[in-house]
Amino acid sequence: MAFGKKERDALYDPIFNNNPIALQVLGICSALAVTTKMETAFVMCLAVTGVTMGSSFVISMLRNNIPPSIRIIVQLSVIASFVILTDQILKAYLFDISKQLSVFVGLIITNCIVMGRCEAYAMQNGPWLSALDGLGNGLGYSVILMATAFFRELFGSGSLFGHVLLKPVTDGGWYTPNGLMVLSPGAFFLIGFFIWLIRVWKPEQIEEE
Amino acid sequence: MQEYLSLFAKSVFIENMALAFFLGMCSFLACSKKVDAAFGLGCAVIFVLAITVPVDNLIYVYLLEKGALVWLPVVGDKMKEVDLSFLSFLSFIGVIAAIVQIVEMFLDKFVPKLYASLGIFLPLIAVNCAILGASLFMVERNYSFGESVVFGFGSGVGWMLAIVALAAIREKMRYSNVQPALRGLGISFLLVGLMALGFMAFSGIQL
Repeated sequence: MAFGKKERDALYDPIFNNNPIALQVLGICSALAVTTKMETAFVMCLAVTGVTMGSSFVISMLRNNIPPSIRIIVQLSVIASFVILTDQILKAYLFDISKQLSVFVGLIITNCIVMGRCEAYAMQNGPWLSALDGLGNGLGYSVILMATAFFRELFGSGSLFGHVLLKPVTDGGWYTPNGLMVLSPGAFFLIGFFIWLIRVWKPEQIEEE
Repeated sequence: MQEYLSLFAKSVFIENMALAFFLGMCSFLACSKKVDAAFGLGCAVIFVLAITVPVDNLIYVYLLEKGALVWLPVVGDKMKEVDLSFLSFLSFIGVIAAIVQIVEMFLDKFVPKLYASLGIFLPLIAVNCAILGASLFMVERNYSFGESVVFGFGSGVGWMLAIVALAAIREKMRYSNVQPALRGLGISFLLVGLMALGFMAFSGIQL
């Protein structure tokens, strides 16, 4: 298990250069819905990273035995098994958060990051590289998710990870919470701005229309 | 009858799959460059949703739910304890993948024109989160069979309306001078944000 340039690229590239959310347009649904609080976003990141890594690894080990015509259903059942595991673990140890995440844990199955990486990378590469690629993409997803959740929780309810930093007016403080951040459109605007920033920083990602 | 109508209106506007729950966002953003393609994809989604949600409802109620297996003529009382609901993700995704495959073969054989125009979108629907999301919402909210038919169809219609509207705006966008770094994905995100603001006007309505 050498850790050369290829391994490094597989791990680090998805974080900024080929970010799953900002460039590949994958896995956006959950990125928007679970980011009102940092705590839920953090658990979601762990779950997605774990599932992506695990299923990339398993699919890559099976890749020479999967007939192409039924590969999608095989991939989906591997992913679904990992998601069931994750869901049961969350229900057992983090019941409150699992309630808040509601259907979005199940929706990791159709999270395009997991599926997309299995299809695009794990079907062609070895298990070790694929697991790293899965981990990298999970981290790339987490970076955007945590950044979004940071702004949404800080400005939307004046706290971080549940600790009050800016005391809201309703509790006798001075900070008037920005309602837009808690609501859905706020997430769209924030991610739009992140994409803008990343592309100003890395102009080669700009799209031609 | 009336509660079905209000459930329909609710699933189309108030709880719009795309703009209120952010489901099916990946294809929502990726396939909304042209109105025709968006409309085709929207129709396929309606079709698949209207079939899968009721089928998943039957599967959940008669096979997976706790105590659902009592109708089996075996052991009797012991069946009341069987709880297979942890299998629901796996069986729902299986049903969706199978139905997408069947719809694909059916259209290929009997309506080749529609099949050609939908083309690559059909297999993509299997991994559209709106479909699985609708089935999971159906379980969470305990919809009956009739309700799940209406809910499946309604949320498909809502998703289709949203993607066609976005595609129409993006087609017009070609004539405007957008900041280079914001072109494409960035501006679409801001657009969808504005559209979601518009749809929030429905959110206070009680039916």
